[in-house]
Amino acid sequence: MDSIASHSLDFFDGDRSVSSKTVARSVTNRILSGICITLSLLTLVPLASIIILLLQKGLPLLGTAIFTELPPAAGMSGGGFGNAILGTLVMIAIGLAISAPAGILSAIFINEYAPTSRLAQAVRLVAKLLTGIPSIICGVFAFAAVVMTTGTFSAYAGGLALAVLMLPTILLTAEQALMGVQSAYREAALGLGATRFQTIARVVLPDAFPAIMTGVMLAVARAAGETAPLIFTALFSQFWAKSLNEPTASLSVLIYNFSTVPFPHQIGMAWTASLVLVAFVTIANIAAQTIFSRKN
Amino acid sequence: MQISNEAPAKLTTDHTNPPERPDFISVKDFNFFYGKKQALHTINMDIPERQVTAFIGPSGCGKSTLLRNFNRMNELIDGIHHTGDIRILGKSIYDKGVEVISLRRSIGMVFQKSNPFPKSIYENVVFALRISGISKKSDLDECVERSLRGAALWNEVKDRLHESALGLSGGQMQRLCIARAIANRPKVLLMDEPCSALDPIATVKVEELIRELKRQFTIVIVTHNMQQATRCSDKTAFFYLGKLVEYADTPKIFSNPSEKQTEDYITGRFG
Amino acid sequence: MSAPEKDIISPAGYRPAPDLFRILCQTASLLTVLMLGWIIYEILESAWPSIQKFGFDFMTTSAWVPNRERFGVLPFIIGTVASSLLAILLAFPLGVAIAIFLSENFLSASIRQTMRFVVEMLAAIPSVVYGLWGIFVIIPIVKAFGDWAVGSMGDFPLFSGPAYGNSLLTASVVLAIMILPTITAISRNALASVPKTLREGAYALGSTRWEAIFSVILPTAAPGIVAATILGLGRAMGETMAVAMLIGNSSRLSWSILSPSGTLAGLLANQFGEAQGLQVNSLMYAALILIGITLIVNLLGEAVLRHTQKQTAGIR
Repeated sequence: MDSIASHSLDFFDGDRSVSSKTVARSVTNRILSGICITLSLLTLVPLASIIILLLQKGLPLLGTAIFTELPPAAGMSGGGFGNAILGTLVMIAIGLAISAPAGILSAIFINEYAPTSRLAQAVRLVAKLLTGIPSIICGVFAFAAVVMTTGTFSAYAGGLALAVLMLPTILLTAEQALMGVQSAYREAALGLGATRFQTIARVVLPDAFPAIMTGVMLAVARAAGETAPLIFTALFSQFWAKSLNEPTASLSVLIYNFSTVPFPHQIGMAWTASLVLVAFVTIANIAAQTIFSRKN
Repeated sequence: MQISNEAPAKLTTDHTNPPERPDFISVKDFNFFYGKKQALHTINMDIPERQVTAFIGPSGCGKSTLLRNFNRMNELIDGIHHTGDIRILGKSIYDKGVEVISLRRSIGMVFQKSNPFPKSIYENVVFALRISGISKKSDLDECVERSLRGAALWNEVKDRLHESALGLSGGQMQRLCIARAIANRPKVLLMDEPCSALDPIATVKVEELIRELKRQFTIVIVTHNMQQATRCSDKTAFFYLGKLVEYADTPKIFSNPSEKQTEDYITGRFG
Repeated sequence: MSAPEKDIISPAGYRPAPDLFRILCQTASLLTVLMLGWIIYEILESAWPSIQKFGFDFMTTSAWVPNRERFGVLPFIIGTVASSLLAILLAFPLGVAIAIFLSENFLSASIRQTMRFVVEMLAAIPSVVYGLWGIFVIIPIVKAFGDWAVGSMGDFPLFSGPAYGNSLLTASVVLAIMILPTITAISRNALASVPKTLREGAYALGSTRWEAIFSVILPTAAPGIVAATILGLGRAMGETMAVAMLIGNSSRLSWSILSPSGTLAGLLANQFGEAQGLQVNSLMYAALILIGITLIVNLLGEAVLRHTQKQTAGIR
């Protein structure tokens, strides 16, 4: 019966409490912790490398001209990418104009009006599926729906592609935001005789607003960085766009186009554009988190 | 590293009762801090061998904190520190030579909420043996039967040892956790409100088990339930605001407490 | 409703107007659902000529010759799967290690917070910037490694030469970094949802930290980590720009991870801008296949995740 007790040296066994087995276990434990920490810190390497390169290669060309002038022709120097910055902003605006109302109103419907209805379940499923769709598929769709119909690449097509990309993010975060509103508020408002609409407009939405905005900002950050949905919907342009119905430049497509050319100046410009883009995305992300944390 | 000069209690299942030590666990001038907040103030107490000692007191009084110091479980929390000493069988648990893992293996602990691992009943019981490298099937089998019998669970589960422990009822899960805690033949059994999540019938079973187990183990139990303390403990310690207010034989505490605060608490005037 | 003497309970006193806002919200919901239908319809319609012409052979042949109107996407399907699997192979140990790092207290809380921020930053960097960075940093490294690998392990088909800079391996290395945040975040949630009581139970029985991790915490979190891996795989398969810039976009099938390859997403990115006629239809067909693959992978991941949540709910 005592066979087990004799196997397990323990605290009460006096000097033997630090058995060789216990030491081995402790050493193994330390080694594993060391491996885990090393692997984790390894992640710093790519991020540091990216940031250093962005600053090193992107800063030299950064100046006011970058924001106001047009891209240089192949092999030429000087210039900027004002049209690409404008194009990115315009297409995000178009995307938002479609996806924000659709996403937020849908979220209100599936959380406030008919959470268990079949339509609500369908909306949740579609949002989930859309989240998983590769971003380039949004571009393929906009190509089929707009470019092939109108016969031209355009900011509309790019904006529609971005809208599809942003919709699930906005919808799902808005739903979460509305779920976060205490039901006691709703009951209080309804109990005072408010209509559904009054309850939503005056109690629920104001309370959920910061969290909804967080979702919108996250969607903007994501859309700003996306290239795939734009390369064959908005295409690119060397010029300022005169209308929304013509090929439109964007920052991300500019980076893509310029990264593969043999001219050092253009490659430098790709880095500068990357720096501007990463800065924009980071600011949008931080804004999203600030809005969110202020609410909590 | 020192061994106590007195004959250490040789604990096996052979029921030869060696003389019992009144200071099996000895707490000396013990202060304990979570960061800057002091949770225990100069605790001094001796816990006797093979008896049940109950810690009572309102929430946040420090009773669980003290219990969790006996096997240094508090060290899982960042920013804690202590002064003073805790000795078990005369040996400091904070001695430099003490590996915390062997200390914990020598002291069984049962938690407020039963916490069986998502493994089979069998694997739950032999967990401590497996991590100390024991894998001989006969040893493991013996241990499972002994521990489950010890926890009064054997007859209920002997036909489904290899099924998931999560399929047991709440009371069975808690008794499985007791079996798991005694599997490695600890000398001390710490119980942190072991019945607070159980229904009355399961509670009765666990209390019976506690009275049974004290023949082999030195038991310290934290409880919110004063009836439970009177039913199963030999000595009772009343804590309030991180101080040990009164510590005496259980009948005395509940019939004739010397401190006003103790009386107020047991008569339900606060807490 | 201003007159207090009016009986507000009777139907005459209280007649709710139709809730126009509800109708508006309902319409938006309907449009959202229809959106997915519209997407599938548009792509399916545009792909139809190619589906009719090539049928199933499209997925099993490896010719992609636009000027002869011969299209088959087998190499791109294989490239998509291979690059993603390789990326997972690289990212999995790192992602799980970081998740453990973040949920254990090896180092101070402020360092862990910084680490979390680093991982979130990795998620925020645009794909195209990863591509640009990969061109300048990863391609030279992989090329050097490739030359060495061909020299020392060239007999092994996976490392047969010649080694290229734009290769499957290059794309996978960058993909691994890109999906790291996905794997880390979901794994971390899985680890965090392991009840604290289980961890304490393991420690109370005398486990060392890693004995507790390997014997109790990781097994309990395993389904969640599997889900994280599958969802990471889904992301890797749909990743477009960085891959298109780094993989070499070749339709030649090769065993070697050091030679150029191609993915479905990369194919679309490269060719849509200038495609004509049947090529457009075939690209649409390829897009459909990409949707199909990612949908299956993502649904699988979601299913595992949901199953996990149910299971851990049982432990609590």
